[in-house]
Amino acid sequence: MMLAMTLLEIAPAVSVGVCLLGVFGIVLARRSPNVREAVSLITAGVNFVLVLWMYCQFQDGKEIGSTLVEIVPGLSLGFRVDALGILFGLIASSLWIVNTLYSIGYMRAHDEHKQTRFFSCFAIAIAACMGAAFSSSLFSLFAFYELLTICTYPLVIHAETETAKAGAKRYVTYLLGASTLFLLPALFLIWYAGGDNPTMAFAEGGLLASSTASHGLLGLAFVLSVIGLAKCGMMPFHSWLPAAMVAPTPVSALLHAVAVVKMGVFGVSRIVLHVFGIDLLEDIGIHQFLVWGACFTIVTASLVALVQDNLKRRLAYSTISQLSYVLLGLGMLVPAAGMAGVLHIGVHAFSKITLFFAAGAIYVALHKTKVSELDGIGRRMPITMTAFTIGALSMIGLPPAAGVVSKWFLVQGAADGAWYGVLAVLVVSALLNAAYFLPIVWRAFFKPTPPGEDDGYKEAPLLCVVALSITAAATIALFFLPDIFADLARAAVGGGS
Amino acid sequence: MTQHLPVLVIVVPLLTALIVPLVERVRRGSAWYLVTGALLFSTYAAIQMLVQVSSGPIEGSIRYALGAWSAPMGIEYVVDRVNGIVLTMVAVVGLISAVWMRPSLKMEIREQARGSYYTVFLLCCVGFMGMTITGDIFNLYVFLEIASITSYVLIAMGKRRQALYAGYSYLIVGSIGATFILLGIGHLYMRTGVLSMADIVALFEANPELFEKSDVRVAFAFFTVGLAMKMALFPLHGWQPSAYTQAPSAASLFIAATSTKVSAYVFYRISFSVFGIQFLESALPVIRDGLLVMAAAAIVLGPLLAIRQNNLKRLLAYSSVGQIGYIMLGVVLLNMDGVTGGLIHFWNHAAAKGALFCVAGALVYRTGSARIADLAGMGRTAPWTATVLTISGCSMIGVPLTAGFLSKWYLGAGALAADRWMIVPVLLASSIFTAIYVWRLLSLVWFAPKEAVPAVTKEVPWAMRGPALVLAAGCLVFGLSSISVSIARDAARALGLGS
Repeated sequence: MMLAMTLLEIAPAVSVGVCLLGVFGIVLARRSPNVREAVSLITAGVNFVLVLWMYCQFQDGKEIGSTLVEIVPGLSLGFRVDALGILFGLIASSLWIVNTLYSIGYMRAHDEHKQTRFFSCFAIAIAACMGAAFSSSLFSLFAFYELLTICTYPLVIHAETETAKAGAKRYVTYLLGASTLFLLPALFLIWYAGGDNPTMAFAEGGLLASSTASHGLLGLAFVLSVIGLAKCGMMPFHSWLPAAMVAPTPVSALLHAVAVVKMGVFGVSRIVLHVFGIDLLEDIGIHQFLVWGACFTIVTASLVALVQDNLKRRLAYSTISQLSYVLLGLGMLVPAAGMAGVLHIGVHAFSKITLFFAAGAIYVALHKTKVSELDGIGRRMPITMTAFTIGALSMIGLPPAAGVVSKWFLVQGAADGAWYGVLAVLVVSALLNAAYFLPIVWRAFFKPTPPGEDDGYKEAPLLCVVALSITAAATIALFFLPDIFADLARAAVGGGS
Repeated sequence: MTQHLPVLVIVVPLLTALIVPLVERVRRGSAWYLVTGALLFSTYAAIQMLVQVSSGPIEGSIRYALGAWSAPMGIEYVVDRVNGIVLTMVAVVGLISAVWMRPSLKMEIREQARGSYYTVFLLCCVGFMGMTITGDIFNLYVFLEIASITSYVLIAMGKRRQALYAGYSYLIVGSIGATFILLGIGHLYMRTGVLSMADIVALFEANPELFEKSDVRVAFAFFTVGLAMKMALFPLHGWQPSAYTQAPSAASLFIAATSTKVSAYVFYRISFSVFGIQFLESALPVIRDGLLVMAAAAIVLGPLLAIRQNNLKRLLAYSSVGQIGYIMLGVVLLNMDGVTGGLIHFWNHAAAKGALFCVAGALVYRTGSARIADLAGMGRTAPWTATVLTISGCSMIGVPLTAGFLSKWYLGAGALAADRWMIVPVLLASSIFTAIYVWRLLSLVWFAPKEAVPAVTKEVPWAMRGPALVLAAGCLVFGLSSISVSIARDAARALGLGS
C-alpha cells in the first residue's frame, strides 16, 4: 500500500527519469549500434508501459504526481497527471516506440553519421515531452518547453550542411526568440496578476480566475503567451517549421508532427483551460484573437501548401494549418469545440506521422523528394502509398480515417456557438486539404511511371514499412474507436469525466 | 574554536600567505598544499558561519570584537545573512580556483615566480573576505586596498606584455575609485564621529534630519562613484575587459568570479547598513534613478558588446559588465523580489562565470591563447569541458532550471512590483544578446565542420576538469533547488525589506 502510494507520487518523475536514463545507456553503448538501438527501444517500451499504468490509475480516479521542488511559494517544479496531460503523454510515448523502429530502419538504410547523438537527443526530447505533459505548473511547463527547443537543435542540424545550419539557426532563433521575448513577459504578467499570492500552478477553471488585475493586462498576457508558444505554429510565427524540415525524416515525423508542435498546442490548451479559464477569457473577449488568428493560419497555410513541390515542405505547411484546428477549437470556448481541439492533438499526431513516415520511406527507397516525381509510385511502393492515402484522408476529414471525428465535433461546436464565419473557414479548408493531398494520391496510383524509369516493386526497409503500417492502422482504428482519446479530451475540457 | 571563526577565516589565510614564500623556497611546489589547506579552512569556516546565522533569528548576526576591544574603540567583524552569502562565495571560489590553478600555472607562470603568485593570490582572497566580513568602514577601506593591490599584481603577472599595461590601467582607475571611497568615509566620519557601521546607521535612524545635510549626501555620492568604478559598472567599466583578458587564467577565474561582486556587495552594505533604507528611499532619488539607468545600460550593452569579441576571455569580461548590472538592479529596485534577485545572483553568477573562465583557462592551457575560433570541434576532443560550457552558458542566458533563470525571474518580478515596467524588456533584450553569443560558442564547440582539426587536442587534466564541473553543477543545483533563494529571501528580510 505504502509502496503503491509513493509510486503514484513519483511516477511522472520516473517517466522523465527513465528517458534520461535511456540517454545514458545510449551513450554508453555507442560502440555497438545493435545494443544502442536495443536500449532506445527498451527505454521507449518501459516508458510507454509506465504511462499506460498512469493512465489506468488515473481512470481509477487516483491522484498522481507531487511537487518536486518549491522554489518559493507558487513557483514550483512538480508533476500532476490530469486528462490533458495523460492524453499528450500517451500520444508521445506510444509514437516514440513506433518512431524508434522507423528511425532504426531509416538511419541504417541511409548510413547516417552521428547516430548516437541522434538517438540520445531523441530520448532527451521525449523526456522533455513527458515532463511538459505532466507538469503541474506553468513554470515546469516552460522549463520543459525550453529544454525541448535546445535538445532538438542537434537533431535539426543533424546533416551539418550549410542548408541544415541555416535551417537550424532559423529554428532556434524563432523558438527561443519567441519564448524569451513573448512567453517570459507573459509569465511575469501572470505572476504579477496573481496579486499578493502569485502562483504558477495550473488550476481547474484557471489559476487567474479570481484575479483582480485589469482586463487589458490579462488580455496582453494571453496574447503574449499564445505568440510566445511559437511551437503551435500560428502565423506569422510559423516559418521555423518549414525550416526544420532539413532534419532527417524521423525527426520531422516525431518532433515536427508530434512532439514539438504538439507541445505548442498543448501549451496553448493549458493557457486557455488552466491558466485563464474559459469564463475569464469570455469576459475579456480576447479569445477572438485566437479564433481569427487560427482561421487565418488554416487558410493561408493551406494555400501555401498547394504550391509546394517538395513533399516534406507540403506536409509542413499542412501541419501548420492542422495545428490551428486545435487552436480554433480551444478559442471558440464552446465545450464541443474545445473537446474537438484537444482530440485533434491525438488524431493529427497519428495521421501526420504516417504521412511523414511515407515521405521518408519514399526518400529512402527511391530518393525522391518532390511531389512532381511521384507518378506511378503507388505500384512500386503499394504499402507506403496506401498508408499515405489513409493519412491524407484523415487530413481532409473523410472516413474511414480518424480526422473526420475531430472535425465533426469541431463543426458541431462552431454551430453550437454560432460561429458562422468559422464554419465557412472549415469548409474552405477541407476543400483546400483535398486539393493538395488528392493530386498526390492520384499521381501515385493512376498516373503511369515516367518512361525510362524502373517500375519494379521496391519498398522501403522492413522496419520503416512496419512502422508506417502501424500508424496507418492506428489512424483507422481511431475512427472506429475514438473513445479513449475522446473521453480524455472531454474530461480535459469539461472538468470531471 | 567556533566562536573565533569570524577572525580565523581571515587570519588563517593571512598568516599562511606570509609563510608561503618561505616554504616554496625550501621545497618547490609545496606552497600549493598550504594555499589549498588555508582556503579549505576558510571555506569550512564561512559555510559553518552561514549555517549558524541561517538557523538563528532573521536579523541575527555573529559579532566578533577584534582583540576584545568593543565597537567604538575596536574593530568588529560581523557575519549576518547577507554577507554570509558573499563570504561563502569568495571562499568557495577561492578554494575552487586554488585547486584548478596548479596545472594552469605550470603553463602560464615561470617556476621562480610561482611562490610569489601563491602569496599574492592568498592575500587577494584575504582582502576580499575581509571587505565582506568587516563591520567597520575604515577597516573596509584597508581590506579594499589589500584586495586591489594584490589584484593589480595578479593581473600584471600575465604572460604577455599587455598584461603590464592592463594591470597599470586598472591600478590608475582602481586607485581613483579607492580614493573616492576614502573621501566618502572621511565625510561620514566628519559628520558622525564613528566608524562602526552599526553605530553610524543607529545615528542616522535616530536623526533622520542628517540626511538633509549636504556632506552626508556628498559622502554617499563618493561611495557610489568609487564603488561603481571598482565594480566596473557601465560606463565605468573601461579597465575591466583588458584586465580579465591579460591576467593569467587562474587569476581571471578568481577575480572575474569574485572581485567586482564584492564591490557590489559593499555597495549593498553601505546602502542598507550604513545609510539605511530610509535614506535610499527618500533622500536622493536622482542617484537611484541614475543607478537604474546605468544598471539597465550595463545589462543591455554588456552582452551586446560581448557578441563581437574574438577572444573568449574578453567576451566573458564584457558579459560580466552586464552581470554586475543585474546585481545593482537589485539594490536599486529596493523591494523584496528585486533584492532577492540581486542577492541570489552573487552565487549564480559566481558559479556560471567561474565555470566559463575555467573553460577559457582550459582553452589557454591547450592552445596558448583564448581565441574563440580555437573552440571549434572541442565537443569531440574535450566533451567534459564542452559540457561545462554548455551548462554555464545556458545559465548565463537564463534558461529555466538553471540558476540564471531565477535571478532574472526575481529581478523581473521586482521590477514589476516597483512599477519599473521598462526593466522587463531590458532583461529580455539582454537574454537575447546573451543567447546570441552563447549560441555562437556552442555551435562552434558542438557543430564544427567535420574536416576542421580541433585546436584543443584533448581534455585538460582532472585537476582542472573537476573544479569546472563543480561550478557547472552549481548552476544546476541553484536553479533546481530552493537553497539559494530561501537564504537570499531571508537576507533581504534581514536588510529590512517587507515580505
